[in-house]
Amino acid sequence: MNCKGVIRELSNYIDGDLDLAMKQELERHLGHCEDCTMIVDQTKKTVEIFCDSEPVALPSDVRVRLHNALHRKMQENLS
Amino acid sequence: MIRATLMTGTGQRRSLDRTPATLSIPNPHRLPSSVALADEHLLVAAAKSGDAAAFEELVNRYEHKIFRLTMNITRNREDAEDAMQDAFLKSYSHLKSFQGDSRFYTWLVRIAANEALMRLRKRRPNQFSLDEPVEGEDDFMPREIEAWDPTPEQRYAQTEMQEILNDVIDKLEPDFRTVFVLRDVEELSTEETAQALGISVPAVKSRLLRARLKLRQKLNQHFRKGESN
Repeated sequence: MNCKGVIRELSNYIDGDLDLAMKQELERHLGHCEDCTMIVDQTKKTVEIFCDSEPVALPSDVRVRLHNALHRKMQENLS
Repeated sequence: MIRATLMTGTGQRRSLDRTPATLSIPNPHRLPSSVALADEHLLVAAAKSGDAAAFEELVNRYEHKIFRLTMNITRNREDAEDAMQDAFLKSYSHLKSFQGDSRFYTWLVRIAANEALMRLRKRRPNQFSLDEPVEGEDDFMPREIEAWDPTPEQRYAQTEMQEILNDVIDKLEPDFRTVFVLRDVEELSTEETAQALGISVPAVKSRLLRARLKLRQKLNQHFRKGESN
Protein backbone atom coordinates (compact mmCIF):
# COMPACT_ATOMS: atom_id res chain seq x y z
CA MET A 1 0.00 0.00 0.00
CA ASN A 2 1.24 3.50 -0.84
CA CYS A 3 0.47 6.88 0.78
CA LYS A 4 -2.61 7.43 -1.41
CA GLY A 5 -3.95 4.05 -0.37
CA VAL A 6 -3.52 4.96 3.30
CA ILE A 7 -5.41 8.23 2.86
CA ARG A 8 -8.16 6.46 0.91
CA GLU A 9 -8.64 3.96 3.76
CA LEU A 10 -7.96 6.41 6.60
CA SER A 11 -11.57 6.74 7.80
CA ASN A 12 -12.19 3.01 7.62
CA TYR A 13 -8.96 2.44 9.55
CA ILE A 14 -9.70 4.84 12.40
CA ASP A 15 -13.29 3.56 12.65
CA GLY A 16 -12.01 -0.03 12.88
CA ASP A 17 -13.85 -0.99 9.68
CA LEU A 18 -10.92 -2.55 7.77
CA ASP A 19 -10.55 -6.29 7.41
CA LEU A 20 -7.49 -7.79 9.05
CA ALA A 21 -5.40 -8.18 5.87
CA MET A 22 -5.98 -4.58 4.80
CA LYS A 23 -5.34 -3.30 8.32
CA GLN A 24 -2.03 -5.16 8.47
CA GLU A 25 -1.02 -3.86 5.07
CA LEU A 26 -1.81 -0.30 6.12
CA GLU A 27 0.06 -0.68 9.38
CA ARG A 28 3.11 -2.05 7.52
CA HIS A 29 3.14 1.20 5.54
CA LEU A 30 2.77 3.26 8.73
CA GLY A 31 5.78 1.39 10.12
CA HIS A 32 8.07 3.16 7.67
CA CYS A 33 6.16 6.32 6.66
CA GLU A 34 6.40 9.12 9.18
CA ASP A 35 4.11 11.48 7.22
CA CYS A 36 1.25 8.98 7.01
CA THR A 37 1.66 8.13 10.70
CA MET A 38 1.32 11.82 11.58
CA ILE A 39 -1.75 12.21 9.37
CA VAL A 40 -3.42 9.14 10.89
CA ASP A 41 -2.69 10.25 14.48
CA GLN A 42 -3.74 13.85 13.83
CA THR A 43 -6.97 12.81 12.11
CA LYS A 44 -7.81 10.58 15.08
CA LYS A 45 -7.06 13.48 17.38
CA THR A 46 -9.29 15.77 15.30
CA VAL A 47 -12.22 13.35 15.64
CA GLU A 48 -11.62 12.95 19.38
CA ILE A 49 -11.52 16.66 20.04
CA PHE A 50 -14.81 17.33 18.27
CA CYS A 51 -16.40 14.18 19.66
CA ASP A 52 -15.54 15.24 23.22
CA SER A 53 -16.58 18.86 22.81
CA GLU A 54 -19.17 20.12 25.26
CA PRO A 55 -22.67 20.85 24.01
CA VAL A 56 -23.05 24.60 23.48
CA ALA A 57 -24.80 26.36 26.31
CA LEU A 58 -28.51 26.67 25.65
CA PRO A 59 -29.41 30.31 26.34
CA SER A 60 -32.07 30.56 29.05
CA ASP A 61 -34.44 32.65 26.89
CA VAL A 62 -34.27 30.01 24.14
CA ARG A 63 -35.00 27.29 26.67
CA VAL A 64 -37.98 29.21 28.06
CA ARG A 65 -39.40 29.66 24.54
CA LEU A 66 -38.94 25.97 23.79
CA HIS A 67 -40.71 24.85 26.94
CA ASN A 68 -43.52 27.39 26.49
CA ALA A 69 -44.11 26.12 22.95
CA LEU A 70 -44.06 22.56 24.22
CA HIS A 71 -46.59 23.33 26.97
CA ARG A 72 -48.90 24.96 24.40
CA LYS A 73 -48.63 21.86 22.23
CA MET A 74 -49.36 19.61 25.19
CA GLN A 75 -52.43 21.70 26.08
CA GLU A 76 -53.67 21.47 22.47
CA ASN A 77 -53.37 17.70 22.67
CA LEU A 78 -55.35 17.59 25.90
CA SER A 79 -58.19 19.76 24.65
CA MET B 1 -2.02 2.09 21.02
CA ILE B 2 -5.03 1.27 23.06
CA ARG B 3 -8.48 0.68 21.70
CA ALA B 4 -11.27 2.72 23.20
CA THR B 5 -14.85 1.71 22.62
CA LEU B 6 -17.55 4.27 22.00
CA MET B 7 -21.28 3.72 22.23
CA THR B 8 -23.01 4.68 19.02
CA GLY B 9 -26.43 6.19 18.68
CA THR B 10 -27.98 2.77 18.05
CA GLY B 11 -26.41 1.19 21.09
CA GLN B 12 -23.93 -0.73 18.94
CA ARG B 13 -20.34 -0.31 19.90
CA ARG B 14 -17.94 1.44 17.61
CA SER B 15 -14.24 1.24 18.14
CA LEU B 16 -11.72 3.97 17.66
CA ASP B 17 -8.01 3.56 18.11
CA ARG B 18 -6.64 6.14 20.46
CA THR B 19 -3.13 6.96 21.52
CA PRO B 20 -2.76 6.81 25.30
CA ALA B 21 -1.16 10.22 25.57
CA THR B 22 -4.01 12.08 23.94
CA LEU B 23 -7.14 11.06 25.79
CA SER B 24 -9.45 14.00 26.36
CA ILE B 25 -11.50 14.92 29.38
CA PRO B 26 -14.70 12.86 29.25
CA ASN B 27 -17.85 14.74 28.46
CA PRO B 28 -20.56 13.92 31.02
CA HIS B 29 -23.33 14.63 28.48
CA ARG B 30 -22.45 11.77 26.15
CA LEU B 31 -22.03 8.02 26.25
CA PRO B 32 -25.18 7.05 28.13
CA SER B 33 -24.79 4.14 30.50
CA SER B 34 -27.04 1.12 30.19
CA VAL B 35 -28.95 2.49 33.18
CA ALA B 36 -29.56 5.77 31.34
CA LEU B 37 -30.60 3.83 28.23
CA ALA B 38 -33.08 1.70 30.18
CA ASP B 39 -34.32 4.89 31.77
CA GLU B 40 -34.78 6.41 28.30
CA HIS B 41 -36.95 3.44 27.26
CA LEU B 42 -39.12 3.93 30.36
CA LEU B 43 -39.48 7.65 29.72
CA VAL B 44 -40.39 7.08 26.06
CA ALA B 45 -42.95 4.41 27.03
CA ALA B 46 -44.49 6.75 29.62
CA ALA B 47 -44.53 9.67 27.16
CA LYS B 48 -46.19 7.49 24.52
CA SER B 49 -48.94 6.63 26.95
CA GLY B 50 -49.62 10.35 27.50
CA ASP B 51 -47.30 11.29 30.37
CA ALA B 52 -46.34 14.86 29.43
CA ALA B 53 -43.83 15.15 32.29
CA ALA B 54 -41.94 12.14 30.92
CA PHE B 55 -41.65 13.79 27.52
CA GLU B 56 -40.47 17.01 29.12
CA GLU B 57 -37.80 15.05 30.96
CA LEU B 58 -36.58 13.74 27.58
CA VAL B 59 -36.48 17.34 26.33
CA ASN B 60 -34.50 18.42 29.40
CA ARG B 61 -32.09 15.60 28.80
CA TYR B 62 -31.36 16.33 25.15
CA GLU B 63 -32.08 20.02 24.53
CA HIS B 64 -28.42 21.06 24.89
CA LYS B 65 -27.21 18.38 22.48
CA ILE B 66 -29.96 19.09 19.95
CA PHE B 67 -29.15 22.80 20.09
CA ARG B 68 -25.47 21.97 19.47
CA LEU B 69 -26.51 19.84 16.49
CA THR B 70 -28.74 22.49 14.91
CA MET B 71 -26.12 25.19 15.58
CA ASN B 72 -23.42 23.02 14.02
CA ILE B 73 -25.47 22.41 10.89
CA THR B 74 -27.01 25.83 10.35
CA ARG B 75 -24.25 28.01 11.87
CA ASN B 76 -27.01 30.55 12.45
CA ARG B 77 -28.50 31.17 15.89
CA GLU B 78 -32.03 32.02 14.74
CA ASP B 79 -32.27 29.00 12.43
CA ALA B 80 -30.77 26.75 15.11
CA GLU B 81 -33.40 27.84 17.67
CA ASP B 82 -36.26 27.33 15.23
CA ALA B 83 -34.95 23.96 14.06
CA MET B 84 -34.50 22.76 17.64
CA GLN B 85 -37.97 23.88 18.69
CA ASP B 86 -39.67 22.36 15.66
CA ALA B 87 -37.74 19.12 16.13
CA PHE B 88 -39.01 18.70 19.69
CA LEU B 89 -42.58 19.69 18.74
CA LYS B 90 -42.60 17.28 15.79
CA SER B 91 -41.14 14.46 17.85
CA TYR B 92 -43.89 15.06 20.42
CA SER B 93 -46.60 15.06 17.75
CA HIS B 94 -45.23 11.91 16.08
CA LEU B 95 -44.14 10.04 19.18
CA LYS B 96 -46.70 7.30 18.61
CA SER B 97 -45.04 6.50 15.26
CA PHE B 98 -41.67 5.94 16.99
CA GLN B 99 -41.30 2.17 16.89
CA GLY B 100 -38.30 1.85 19.18
CA ASP B 101 -36.14 0.11 16.58
CA SER B 102 -33.46 2.75 17.24
CA ARG B 103 -32.71 4.81 20.31
CA PHE B 104 -35.13 7.70 20.88
CA TYR B 105 -32.15 10.06 20.76
CA THR B 106 -31.11 8.79 17.31
CA TRP B 107 -34.66 9.27 16.06
CA LEU B 108 -34.67 12.79 17.51
CA VAL B 109 -31.32 13.59 15.89
CA ARG B 110 -32.72 12.58 12.49
CA ILE B 111 -35.69 14.90 12.90
CA ALA B 112 -33.51 17.76 14.14
CA ALA B 113 -30.96 17.28 11.35
CA ASN B 114 -33.72 17.46 8.75
CA GLU B 115 -35.17 20.61 10.33
CA ALA B 116 -31.72 22.21 10.37
CA LEU B 117 -30.95 21.16 6.79
CA MET B 118 -34.23 22.57 5.53
CA ARG B 119 -33.30 25.96 6.95
CA LEU B 120 -29.73 25.74 5.71
CA ARG B 121 -30.90 25.00 2.17
CA LYS B 122 -33.31 27.93 2.27
CA ARG B 123 -30.64 30.32 3.48
CA ARG B 124 -27.80 29.01 1.33
CA PRO B 125 -29.39 27.15 -1.60
CA ASN B 126 -26.18 26.94 -3.61
CA GLN B 127 -23.97 25.65 -0.83
CA PHE B 128 -25.61 22.37 -0.02
CA SER B 129 -25.98 19.60 -2.52
CA LEU B 130 -27.44 16.14 -2.23
CA ASP B 131 -25.54 15.14 -5.36
CA GLU B 132 -22.88 12.50 -5.09
CA PRO B 133 -19.47 14.17 -4.89
CA VAL B 134 -17.27 14.33 -7.96
CA GLU B 135 -14.05 12.79 -6.79
CA GLY B 136 -10.53 13.62 -7.76
CA GLU B 137 -8.02 11.63 -5.81
CA ASP B 138 -5.35 14.28 -5.59
CA ASP B 139 -7.55 17.04 -4.26
CA PHE B 140 -7.79 15.50 -0.82
CA MET B 141 -4.20 14.40 -0.38
CA PRO B 142 -3.02 16.21 2.78
CA ARG B 143 -0.57 19.01 2.25
CA GLU B 144 0.70 20.63 5.45
CA ILE B 145 2.21 17.74 7.40
CA GLU B 146 3.83 18.95 10.61
CA ALA B 147 4.19 17.45 14.08
CA TRP B 148 1.52 18.53 16.57
CA ASP B 149 1.79 19.32 20.21
CA PRO B 150 0.85 15.97 21.84
CA THR B 151 -1.76 17.57 24.12
CA PRO B 152 -3.27 20.60 22.36
CA GLU B 153 -6.14 20.65 24.89
CA GLN B 154 -3.65 21.75 27.52
CA ARG B 155 -2.34 24.57 25.38
CA TYR B 156 -5.66 26.36 25.17
CA ALA B 157 -8.25 27.25 27.80
CA GLN B 158 -11.60 25.52 27.26
CA THR B 159 -13.32 28.63 25.88
CA GLU B 160 -10.37 29.31 23.59
CA MET B 161 -10.45 25.74 22.32
CA GLN B 162 -14.19 26.04 21.71
CA GLU B 163 -13.57 29.19 19.64
CA ILE B 164 -11.01 27.34 17.56
CA LEU B 165 -13.39 24.42 16.96
CA ASN B 166 -16.24 26.81 16.05
CA ASP B 167 -13.99 28.70 13.69
CA VAL B 168 -12.72 25.65 11.81
CA ILE B 169 -16.08 23.91 11.55
CA ASP B 170 -17.68 27.16 10.37
CA LYS B 171 -15.28 27.22 7.43
CA LEU B 172 -16.09 23.67 6.37
CA GLU B 173 -18.51 23.35 3.44
CA PRO B 174 -22.06 22.58 4.68
CA ASP B 175 -22.33 19.14 3.03
CA PHE B 176 -19.05 17.97 4.59
CA ARG B 177 -19.87 19.62 7.90
CA THR B 178 -23.28 17.97 8.17
CA VAL B 179 -21.90 14.47 7.61
CA PHE B 180 -19.07 15.08 10.08
CA VAL B 181 -21.45 16.38 12.76
CA LEU B 182 -23.82 13.44 12.42
CA ARG B 183 -21.08 10.79 12.33
CA ASP B 184 -18.39 12.12 14.62
CA VAL B 185 -20.16 14.45 17.03
CA GLU B 186 -23.60 12.80 17.31
CA GLU B 187 -22.18 9.32 16.62
CA LEU B 188 -24.81 8.11 14.18
CA SER B 189 -23.73 5.10 12.17
CA THR B 190 -22.82 5.49 8.48
CA GLU B 191 -26.17 3.92 7.53
CA GLU B 192 -28.16 6.18 9.87
CA THR B 193 -26.36 9.23 8.50
CA ALA B 194 -27.09 8.16 4.93
CA GLN B 195 -30.74 7.64 5.82
CA ALA B 196 -31.03 10.97 7.63
CA LEU B 197 -29.53 12.90 4.72
CA GLY B 198 -31.01 10.87 1.88
CA ILE B 199 -27.61 10.12 0.36
CA SER B 200 -25.79 6.84 -0.30
CA VAL B 201 -23.47 5.08 2.14
CA PRO B 202 -20.44 5.63 -0.20
CA ALA B 203 -21.30 9.35 -0.33
CA VAL B 204 -21.34 9.50 3.49
CA LYS B 205 -17.98 7.74 3.65
CA SER B 206 -16.44 9.98 1.01
CA ARG B 207 -17.69 13.18 2.65
CA LEU B 208 -16.65 12.02 6.10
CA LEU B 209 -13.10 11.30 4.93
CA ARG B 210 -12.85 14.69 3.26
CA ALA B 211 -14.37 16.47 6.24
CA ARG B 212 -11.94 14.83 8.65
CA LEU B 213 -8.95 15.64 6.44
CA LYS B 214 -10.05 19.23 5.94
CA LEU B 215 -10.59 19.73 9.66
CA ARG B 216 -7.18 18.19 10.41
CA GLN B 217 -5.63 20.63 7.99
CA LYS B 218 -7.47 23.60 9.50
CA LEU B 219 -6.48 22.56 13.03
CA ASN B 220 -2.86 22.19 11.95
CA GLN B 221 -2.23 25.92 12.19
CA HIS B 222 -3.37 25.89 15.85
CA PHE B 223 -1.89 22.62 17.03
CA ARG B 224 1.48 22.36 15.31
CA LYS B 225 4.49 22.23 17.57
CA GLY B 226 5.98 25.59 18.48
CA GLU B 227 2.79 27.48 17.56
CA SER B 228 2.36 30.22 20.16
CA ASN B 229 -1.18 31.00 21.32
